[in-house]
Amino acid sequence: MDYAEAFRLQRELVASRQRGVIPDQLVILEHPHTITLGRNGKREHLLASEDILRRAGISFQETDRGGDITYHGPGQIVGYPIVDLREWKRDVAAYVRAIEQVLIDTLADYSISAERVAGLTGVWTGGRKIAAIGVHISRWVTSHGFALNVSTDLSYFQYIVPCGLTLPVTSMAELGVHADPDEVAGRLALHFGRIFEREMTMLAPIEMGEAIL
Amino acid sequence: MTDVVMPQMGESIVEGTLTKWLKKAGDHVERDEPLFEISTDKVDTEIPSPAAGTLSEILVEEGKTVGINTVVAKIEEGGAAAAAKPPAKPAAAPAPPPAAPVAAAPAPPAAKPAAPAPPPPAAAPEAPADPAGPLSPLVRKLARENSVDLGRVTGTGAGGRITKQDVESYIAAQQSAPAAPAAAPAKPAPAPAVTTPPAAGGQAKTRVEPMSTMRIKIAEHMIMSQATSAHVTTIHRVDMTKVARMRARNKDDFQARHGIALTFLPFVVRASVEALRAYPLLNASIDGSNIIYHNEINIGIAVALENGLIVPVIRQADEKNVLGLQRAIVDLAARARSRQLKPDEVQGGTFSISNFGSFGSVMATPVINQPQVAILGVGAVTKDPVVIDDAIAIRSTCYLSLSFDHRLIDGALGDQFTAKVKSVLESWSEEVL
Repeated sequence: MDYAEAFRLQRELVASRQRGVIPDQLVILEHPHTITLGRNGKREHLLASEDILRRAGISFQETDRGGDITYHGPGQIVGYPIVDLREWKRDVAAYVRAIEQVLIDTLADYSISAERVAGLTGVWTGGRKIAAIGVHISRWVTSHGFALNVSTDLSYFQYIVPCGLTLPVTSMAELGVHADPDEVAGRLALHFGRIFEREMTMLAPIEMGEAIL
Repeated sequence: MTDVVMPQMGESIVEGTLTKWLKKAGDHVERDEPLFEISTDKVDTEIPSPAAGTLSEILVEEGKTVGINTVVAKIEEGGAAAAAKPPAKPAAAPAPPPAAPVAAAPAPPAAKPAAPAPPPPAAAPEAPADPAGPLSPLVRKLARENSVDLGRVTGTGAGGRITKQDVESYIAAQQSAPAAPAAAPAKPAPAPAVTTPPAAGGQAKTRVEPMSTMRIKIAEHMIMSQATSAHVTTIHRVDMTKVARMRARNKDDFQARHGIALTFLPFVVRASVEALRAYPLLNASIDGSNIIYHNEINIGIAVALENGLIVPVIRQADEKNVLGLQRAIVDLAARARSRQLKPDEVQGGTFSISNFGSFGSVMATPVINQPQVAILGVGAVTKDPVVIDDAIAIRSTCYLSLSFDHRLIDGALGDQFTAKVKSVLESWSEEVL
């Protein structure tokens, strides 16, 4: 789904969640080639001009999540949890740690041993970043979330300094794990439900669209 | 003057970086309008304004990292249009606590003039003065649930603030203290929370469950409504025989043609629209000392959910016939139950109807859906013996109860309105197919 469209969807979901009209949501999707800059991101971490990006078929978006600059694209699973933290710990730090745990447990299902690195939000394996996190909160309701590289073409990261860090990125495929993205999404949802103590209900894409739009 | 502080975003978080002011000094802000953004870890959070007024002073610049509860700005309450209000500004008046829970009014009028908002009714009386500065909602809740006097708890957090752990260890200390005669007959204290010691049989006597967001909002809204409006309910008995005959004659065709059942409700909505046209004050709302007349008739229909209630709105109900109204009711109710309403479908109502008759109630006194000024309750339609011209006849009747806000609507008007609804229903002639 196009980044701008997904952004609108998130906005609607957040508004509905704030009103208590819908339960917590986990939106899982893939974006076409997109580079996004967080609210506190530094423009100089974008290494190519917007013109070059356009020619490479990459769209550039400034957005309101936490974190610096990042890349989204095919082969990367993006998860946007819309969670009312008032009903879950009221703790932003605990929320980020829990998202990291969802990713770590999911990767463990594929025998990838991943970990946290103190001070560097995200999930790492062998000193390389495999999943990024950036969150926005409005009245305790979360949006944005995480991006896990399943079979992402990592060459696209050359256009940016990911999250403002000069540390390398990796993907499950680069580590020799060729997983089906739908299956990974299923595992993510499973671990998310377990860690956040939520019963997960699968909504078909169309159903979800109708629910909101 | 309200202090705006760096909020606590979690137990382990002691500071935050103020990344962006969304308002400038001198700007007017509404309560709950996003005021600034903070960043902690990789999380950006919009912080809503604790009060309505003018952002008079910004004390912490963008990019600065400050400890929680640091005052980052000050808001001068009131605002530009304050002149419209009598200069009653007694400092001693119980000002609404800035941290009062967000009023859950599901339907703020779309265009809110800059006039001073009526002071939010003191919904939940807050504890008088917080010891050791502002407390996190979690600590407050924990203390309330365990009837802990926070003045007796020693804070160990930043700046002597009381943390969750402080309250927990205080409770633990109290429970192990021999002073509490455990064998004494339990006095009717508020239900203790999770820490309930199991009773003799090993079975807990209570079970504690946090309210859902919806429950909290309903609770806040109900209390806010009772505290805001001078509720009066008037009840009229309506002969529904004509409507019942019309419905009986058409209901099979209606079902076959449109795929939905024909109920009594769209008839009542239709009649209410007529009456609202005749008495527009019932379709108004109050803002301070102004009356806002709404040119649209948007009727909220209360829909019971499994664990709550929501009031989706039939927009421009005055432009719909019985079929259109029935369609809208079926659609909104179904989507309310599957939690698929869009945010704007529960906003902007100008009058509400509660059909408690569908649950068998013959009459009830509904609570006004703020900021509206009246709500019509529809009792069950039953067959009753009725005296007509000194003869006893069997008629279909129901009770309509109108709860209205006596601040704006006097008894005579309330009854004129209800009598109008009654007369439309009793002389029903409009075809429904």
